[in-house]
Amino acid sequence: MTLIDTAASGGATGGGTAYLDADSGQVRVRPGSVTAADVGTLAGAAVGALGLVWLVYERIMPWSGALGFWLCWYVAFLFFYWGIARTQWEVRHVREKIAAALFTGAGIFVLAVLVDLVGYVWWRGEKAVSHGNFLTTDMQKTGPLDGLNSGGVLHAMIGSLEQLGLATLFAVPLGIAAAVFMSEIGGRLARPVRTVITAMTALPSIVAGLFVLGSVILALGYDRSGFAASLALTVMMMPIVTRASEVVIRIVPNTLREASYALGGSQWRTVWNVVLPTARSGLTTAILLGMARAVGETSPVLLTAGFTSGKNANPFSGQQVSLPLYVWNYVRYPQADMKVRAFGGALTLMAIVMILFVAARIAGGRRPGELSRRRRRQMTRERIRGAGPSAAAPRPPAVRPAPTAAAVIHPEPEPAS
Amino acid sequence: MSTIDAGVGLAEDLFGPTPPTGPGPAAAPAPGGDTPIKIIPGVSRGDRIFRVLFRSAGLSVFAIMGLIALFLIIRGAQALRITGWSFLTEQRWQTEAARFGVGAVLPDGIIIAVIALLIAVPVALSAALWISEYAPSGLRRTLISLVDLMAAVPSIVYGLWGLVFLTPRIIGFERWLSTHLGGVLPFLKVRNPEIATSYTQSAFIAGVVVALMIIPVVCSLSREVFSQAPTGEREGAYALGSTRWGMVRTVVLPFGRGGMIGAVMLGFGRAMGETIAVALIISPVFAVTSHPLQAGGNSISSLIALRYGESDKVALSALMAAGLVLFAITLLVNMVASAIISRSRSGAATNE
Repeated sequence: MTLIDTAASGGATGGGTAYLDADSGQVRVRPGSVTAADVGTLAGAAVGALGLVWLVYERIMPWSGALGFWLCWYVAFLFFYWGIARTQWEVRHVREKIAAALFTGAGIFVLAVLVDLVGYVWWRGEKAVSHGNFLTTDMQKTGPLDGLNSGGVLHAMIGSLEQLGLATLFAVPLGIAAAVFMSEIGGRLARPVRTVITAMTALPSIVAGLFVLGSVILALGYDRSGFAASLALTVMMMPIVTRASEVVIRIVPNTLREASYALGGSQWRTVWNVVLPTARSGLTTAILLGMARAVGETSPVLLTAGFTSGKNANPFSGQQVSLPLYVWNYVRYPQADMKVRAFGGALTLMAIVMILFVAARIAGGRRPGELSRRRRRQMTRERIRGAGPSAAAPRPPAVRPAPTAAAVIHPEPEPAS
Repeated sequence: MSTIDAGVGLAEDLFGPTPPTGPGPAAAPAPGGDTPIKIIPGVSRGDRIFRVLFRSAGLSVFAIMGLIALFLIIRGAQALRITGWSFLTEQRWQTEAARFGVGAVLPDGIIIAVIALLIAVPVALSAALWISEYAPSGLRRTLISLVDLMAAVPSIVYGLWGLVFLTPRIIGFERWLSTHLGGVLPFLKVRNPEIATSYTQSAFIAGVVVALMIIPVVCSLSREVFSQAPTGEREGAYALGSTRWGMVRTVVLPFGRGGMIGAVMLGFGRAMGETIAVALIISPVFAVTSHPLQAGGNSISSLIALRYGESDKVALSALMAAGLVLFAITLLVNMVASAIISRSRSGAATNE
């Protein structure tokens, strides 16, 4: 395998590269710096392509539609960029520029889709949510022709949260235990378990619903309920939790385990008092991400929860609606207000997902063993207070212990109460 | 696997078992007790319970997957007995007349998944390269979070967005494809090209929406693989005068090839199983869609989502059998994909 890009070995004589500039007889290499020529080339290509595409697309050819316009603009932009860059730089350099533009374009496209998705749901759903009754009433007394100041999403929120809570209750212990098995106990079976878990993360959600429909509802004869839905959600949530928590358990430093063994700790003591507390922040992230994924699942709930327009706070009996199901049901009404309600439900759902997601990021901002700033400050305070009386006489300011380093290396496992 | 496995029983065992003197080749008769003591770690009862408990939690995934397969087979058996092997080839779905099968819905679902892959794979891989190689390193964490957030957006939201936002905006593009490229590629033609409604609810729109849903999956998996490309070889490439793209082409991409293939296959599995967005957008037909731009399409999962309410026993059983087919296909695809990924990812099974 050759590691050199040999494509442009021929024409690399020119003195016009941006990276190499001859300055008083010395060649200075400044990789990654942005010059005026770079910016000018980029802007020129973008504006030129915009003008040409506008002319052709809007004035000459009988085409329309913003999507096609921007697609044509992007293609034209790449050609322009290539052409302008080629007039000043060698081929290899131009290729680098085009690759960067392509990849950046794809990344920005993905971000734009996300922003559009969230923004559009916000824009449409806000009309429903801005009515005070939307979050505080259910749909019991609301017909298809009633305005937005009647009816709401309360019953679906209750259902969503209860089903999510039950699913978390089932999936989290099971998922973390499976992760501990794979990383701490291991053995011959760890690899097939990992393969099955990975395959399970991509299990079609409708199959999970079908499974609960076939087993709990049809075979065991229970009615459709929030409990059945939470079982289906468990099947979806457990592999996500397992995979994410296995990753964070695996990066717990091995020295911590060995220290625990050296102190005579048994394996389960080590896992319980050292490994899991060290990985706590990562585990929290894993759980919250699993919850964020589970709360938005529609198809398992569709088959197992049933539908009701009224409030049912008991997940164990009677049909119980949840937010995705609410959206699924009301978006198919022909009335405009019902569609707005569906968007309001989607906005509420997105808000819950966002809250869980942001909480996961805040909780998981640290590597295992790294302490939060507050905890570190607290430990410093404790150390100073503890060292206070004895350190008063001999050498107070000199021994300012470095609490951060010590804390990072030896995070204190909290006693399991 | 931890190297030191010794439990509390270590002290007793340290001098307990005498080294084997007979058959072992290592046990050469050494003078003065120089033979190394073989340490057999003791396992306390607590540890034994811990291992059994957690091992059974790990093995429960087999149980869950087995139960899923078992119940789908039991429930779908009735329908499969009626149709026999023709279940896989029959295109119609008339459960009362005992003429039903996945002959149309399965290929239709694959068409949607393929359209989704055609759009998603280039975008997702490029975005993954951008995040792992080109994006400013201060932004990288935020970008990774945003891609994860995109994966966490509920599928119903994608479906809603595709139905209400995307459909009216993409019709122009569909019409453009159909009128200008339809002559060269006949499968792009549409029956009544002048009416807008012949373009809505098409397999193409469903494919685009599903593509947006699998982009974050493919992107985050392949970004993970890309970022694991060895630093030494990257720096070697730079030291030999390579540009960044040259480095990506010669180090990152060859190193991540297995992971990319696996990620794309996982994306395909996701696309095959995607239910709600497809069910919201397409208008179901029971014939193989030869013209993806035209209204009408289907997939196994959307068929189930739209018909689960039927009370007829045979109809439900037929849906279970269709679910079994979907389960088997996605399981196969996902197993192969995850095997490829785990083989390509060095150090997955060890502590680093």
